[in-house]
Amino acid sequence: MENTITVSVTVNGTPYQRSVDPRTLLSDFLRNDLELTGTHVGCEHGVCGACTVLLDGEAVRSCLLFAPQVDGHEIITVEGLGTLDNLHPLQEAFREAHALQCGFCTPGILTTLVPYLEENPNPTEEEIREAISGNLCRCTGYQHIIDAVKLAAEKTDP
Amino acid sequence: MKPAPFEYYAPTSVSEVLELLNEHGYDAKILAGGQSLIPMMNFRLVQPAVLVDINKIPNLSYIKTHENGIRLGAMVRHTQAERDSLIKERVPLLHETMPQIATIQIRNRGTIGGSLAHADASAELVAVTTALEARFKIQNLEGERWVPASEFFVGLLMTSLEPEDMLVEIEIPDLPARSGWSLKEVARRPHDFALIGVAAVLTLDKKDRCQSAKLVYLSAGDGPLVAEEAAVLLQGQKISEDLIIAAAEKAATEEIDPGNDIHATADFRRHLANVLTRRALAEAYQRAKGGK
Ligand SMILES: Cc1cc2nc3c(=O)[nH]c(=O)nc-3n(C[C@H](O)[C@H](O)[C@H](O)COP(=O)(O)OP(=O)(O)OC[C@H]3O[C@@H](n4cnc5c(N)ncnc54)[C@H](O)[C@@H]3O)c2cc1C
Ligand code: FES
Ligand code: FES
Repeated sequence: MENTITVSVTVNGTPYQRSVDPRTLLSDFLRNDLELTGTHVGCEHGVCGACTVLLDGEAVRSCLLFAPQVDGHEIITVEGLGTLDNLHPLQEAFREAHALQCGFCTPGILTTLVPYLEENPNPTEEEIREAISGNLCRCTGYQHIIDAVKLAAEKTDP
Repeated sequence: MKPAPFEYYAPTSVSEVLELLNEHGYDAKILAGGQSLIPMMNFRLVQPAVLVDINKIPNLSYIKTHENGIRLGAMVRHTQAERDSLIKERVPLLHETMPQIATIQIRNRGTIGGSLAHADASAELVAVTTALEARFKIQNLEGERWVPASEFFVGLLMTSLEPEDMLVEIEIPDLPARSGWSLKEVARRPHDFALIGVAAVLTLDKKDRCQSAKLVYLSAGDGPLVAEEAAVLLQGQKISEDLIIAAAEKAATEEIDPGNDIHATADFRRHLANVLTRRALAEAYQRAKGGK
């Protein structure tokens, strides 16, 4: 028999309530149940970083959480960082510096870096590389990503 | 890659956890940070019928002083320990260890209790708690017991925890005066599991001779690997460069038992262990002489 559980969670400021099978991964919950497909799924075992979201403000792997675990909590996905007309400064910088090619890794990198830059507004290149060491990008060679982070840091904290 | 179905419980007290574990035995698993368990469930390497989520229990993430040391609740997360000022002051080896564990997204969820209960031989905390002679408080419906690290880790991903047991607290004693410490490891990418690593703790006597030495390796066997013969070489002696070289050689060639895999050969791991041990001992010695 299907055992289901009710999850109430705020995602990008909007409250949702859904009934789910407890084994539903948060990544699948966001993509399939809430139709927020900005969060990507690569490896489903914590290595690639594509599924990174913010749980109560902290970057976490959404493939390593079950949906019932976020009951009563607050999630921010890439869709919640900015709007189409008003991108987050880090998103602006990614566009300006060509920091994405296929874009598969981008949501996870943005959600990892947003809290990081709040705590470390002026990181060195080495620090930036370390901050995204849990996010794999197969296209860019990381160079333009680093440039974009520096650009965003300069713009927000001149 | 999706986990098999399970029944989910999120109790709010330790006693409820113990009841559930008692009732379901081998069918149940505790879910702490989930950063080791959920990958294994996604691969269906483990398929617990019952999952007991302990994240909703209040008061399992404290860090406090206790007599001659500190005590940590099992649910202290890796990033919490990394940022804690009491740990920085009282257990600097642990403070230095935390950022080396996994990437930030994993450290934001992973817990100290979970890492110890998982008992991966490549986990930094397994080696470091062994080097620091930590003790673990374990509870079940019958009562509680304290188990020293040296008896807690019993083999490949194995601990002395029984299915009805919960690890609730970790105690780390202060090091004696004139002690020094070091953790050195090599990983392919920063924060990845280390190919090999070593935690060293040295204590000097009044005449600057080595009173006690502890070398514990990670990724060098089925569990935390303690190099006992190398420690015997150091004991009672004045630390010199030659002695450090001899101890490192002994541990790396005769005592550790690293594996071969796609990331490195056993020989390469031995070579790394040799170099890292020299560096770790030199650093621990400097710190011990500095009076810390
Ligand atoms: C990509 C990746 C890289 C990583 N790199 C590293 C690394 O470099 N070094 C490192 O040390 N770790 C690494 N980890 C593992 C990480 O540190 C885990 O957080 C940790 O090993 C397990 O802690 P957890 O709280 O997530 O435990 P969980 O995954 O929740 O549980 C692990 C096991 O312990 C049991 N358990 C948990 N808590 C208790 C308790 N209180 N009492 C009894 N049993 C309990 C569970 O039932 C389960 O069997 C990595 C993980 C990933 C996914
Ligand atoms: S999909 Fe979650 S880390 Fe790869
Ligand atoms: S832009 Fe394609 S994976 Fe990073």
